[in-house]
Amino acid sequence: MSWAPQTRQTPVGKWLRNPVATGYTGMALGVFAAFLGIPPFTSRTATWSLIVGIIAIMCGIATVTRGRKRLGLGAIATGIGGIGLGYLATRSSVDNLNIVFNASLIAQTFAFATPLVFAAIGGMFSERSGVVNIGLEGMMLMGAFWGVWGADVGGSWVVGLLVGMAIGAVLALVYAVFAIHLRADQIVGGTAVNFLALGITGYFFFQLYHGNYVSQGVSTIPNIKLPWISGLHFLGPAIGNLNLMIWVSFMLVIASYIVVFKTPIGLRIRACGEHPRAADTVGINVYAVRYGAVVLSGVLAAAGGVYLSDGFGGGTFNDNMTAGRGFIALAAMIFGNWRPAGAFAAALLFGFSSAIALRLQVYSPSASTLFNVLPYVLTLIAVAGVIGRTVAPAADGKPYRKQ
Amino acid sequence: MSDFETDELDEEPRAGSAPTPQQHFAWRFGGASDLLTPLLTTVVAFLMGGLVVALTGKNPIRVYHAIFTGTGVGWFFQVGNHSARIPFSAAHMWFPWDTGSAAATNLQQTLLFTTPIVLTALAVAFAFRCGMFNIGGQGQYIVGTIFAVWLGSSVASLDPWLHVLLCIVVATLAGALWAGIAGILKATVGAHEVISTIMLNWIAIWVGSYLFGAGGPLQGSRAAIPASNPIFDGAKLPVFWGLKLLQGLSIGVFIAIAMLFVYWVIVNRTTLGFAVRAVGFNPEAARYGGISVARSYFVAMAIAGAFAGLAGAIDVTGWEYQVGPADLQASQIGFIGLAAALLGRNTAVGVGFASLLFGALITGTSSRQLDPTVFRPDLAGNLTTIIQGLVVLFVGLNLGGLWTWLGRRRRV
Repeated sequence: MSWAPQTRQTPVGKWLRNPVATGYTGMALGVFAAFLGIPPFTSRTATWSLIVGIIAIMCGIATVTRGRKRLGLGAIATGIGGIGLGYLATRSSVDNLNIVFNASLIAQTFAFATPLVFAAIGGMFSERSGVVNIGLEGMMLMGAFWGVWGADVGGSWVVGLLVGMAIGAVLALVYAVFAIHLRADQIVGGTAVNFLALGITGYFFFQLYHGNYVSQGVSTIPNIKLPWISGLHFLGPAIGNLNLMIWVSFMLVIASYIVVFKTPIGLRIRACGEHPRAADTVGINVYAVRYGAVVLSGVLAAAGGVYLSDGFGGGTFNDNMTAGRGFIALAAMIFGNWRPAGAFAAALLFGFSSAIALRLQVYSPSASTLFNVLPYVLTLIAVAGVIGRTVAPAADGKPYRKQ
Repeated sequence: MSDFETDELDEEPRAGSAPTPQQHFAWRFGGASDLLTPLLTTVVAFLMGGLVVALTGKNPIRVYHAIFTGTGVGWFFQVGNHSARIPFSAAHMWFPWDTGSAAATNLQQTLLFTTPIVLTALAVAFAFRCGMFNIGGQGQYIVGTIFAVWLGSSVASLDPWLHVLLCIVVATLAGALWAGIAGILKATVGAHEVISTIMLNWIAIWVGSYLFGAGGPLQGSRAAIPASNPIFDGAKLPVFWGLKLLQGLSIGVFIAIAMLFVYWVIVNRTTLGFAVRAVGFNPEAARYGGISVARSYFVAMAIAGAFAGLAGAIDVTGWEYQVGPADLQASQIGFIGLAAALLGRNTAVGVGFASLLFGALITGTSSRQLDPTVFRPDLAGNLTTIIQGLVVLFVGLNLGGLWTWLGRRRRV
């Protein structure tokens, strides 16, 4: 278009023309607007939140008018939410704010999110290969019980982790045989896995520990102290003393992103989930890939469970310990659109909502209970397609018959 | 099972036209009752459960016998010469069974637990008939519970029959609406009903925990106890067998039996049921036949939810009378109903018997009924869950697939 009048492309102009950039900037500003009202900033007027929030909304409008409707609407919603939360925060007392929003909130968010991250990444592998895994909850529960049992009997958290993951793998293998070879309905099979895990862990918990606490002094998964960070003002309490499994979960997210999207193995897994017949035609062993993915999902979900009992829980177990965390992980995977980074972000969001629900008790103990519905409501909205459709792998849940 | 050897399952997914696994599921489970598979499933599950018992050093036969005694089902075989009070009157009449025996008390509990299982099983079964997997019976049951408790404990000075009727009707409608959300999402934007009903389950659990929990709007007058107020006497269903104070059997069991009949009539004798089944078999064909698929999805889910909401209402008005967050979070009734619907193959008769089996199993292993010298009730309760899991695992099995798999192995 050489005949068009040439406008000088400044970096700002370029940025303004890119709807993706404005959209994400708007979202970031919206979140920032909310944070302006709370520690460590604690500006005591809502003005700054209002200004930043309005900029976020303007970015959103710019994005909508340039065609990225749902990104823009998301930015507008974040901006409005940011202004609202920032305003609410300025209305609250500084003491309460300091109890709710401090550096350990970040550490707690990670602690709550980590079991979800493990299970959600596991579920993603299974579903990417074409097997729906409703049984994440059960696999996690098995990991939680047998992990702490292994640590108790074996005397080391390493043994516990290995035992938990092995039992998770066995349960996943049973499920895989039913779902893949016997082509049983996967939702039914997953429900059965959840029942079985609840019954088996409960049975042996009462048989071995009489339904009481696991004996004191079980070897627990250690925290990692970062000496050069733990002395710092804000970062120290936030990330200076996190559990080993939290760091492992960060690495797991990166590793699973690389495996799923950058390696031939990941391509095979995704091919089996999108079009198993085509995958079979080019020589991929669909059954083997699916078995591998389902067993891996069991191992990962169980690892999340071991963290829950032997890391986060400090070496305890109680009946039905996971209490729906497997389903939140499932929700995180769906909310994250079957992607490792998305699942991680969703798990962090859901972990944050759990962590903050605990802390909001200084305002109202009953209303903080209500905060627990957040993951489920958000996921329901996501599957309803209000904020962008989530797209499952095409052959997800469909048994494959080799010819 | 030979019709499942067709290649349908292998077709690549075409948008909206190829039958989904759910429809295959409806074919597999929606047809005429096949008696052998459920019986075989049950036997295998009990054998494997017995294996677990044996592994922990107990005699499985003695354990199962103790559980059976605890269920009170043996009451039917204890025929004699007795007299029984006619319910709701002072008159007595001759009766072949002893209505006051220990077995009778146990049987009351069994039937008490069977009632909600029947209804939540119908909630699953009805959605199955429309090719949908309603895993949200638990949430719909809880929503029914919430509304029944709310109306039962807050609306005073009503005519008793009107009051209990109000509780039950509103709770049923609430359950229908709750499930209807999933139905609408499926019909309009195609959101998978399994995901949406799971989410709705947990939303119901947490909202209920908030309402009845400490400081919640529906918490009872005693601030230290996180539970609702008990419902008024007028909102309680009449108890016709046993003592009201000791969880006697209310007439809710007859409502459940009536609903089995209603289910059969709707599915087999109405145009609505025909449309639902047609959509369940093949939505594309149903659409060509002039049936509104979207409407069927919504209506099927709403009716399913109504059954589950009714279950919650009957539990509240029949024996629970008050509810706390712990009850909501520990409840598994919706999932047991799922197991019963699978085992009962979505037929009215099958659901009835399967629900009785699970209701009896729960009662027989409860700490009130099971003889603790034979087997610890806490273990037995978990044994029940294991058996349920095994039943669901095996009943979801495509036996045709199993035979061909074994056959192929034999040939190789």
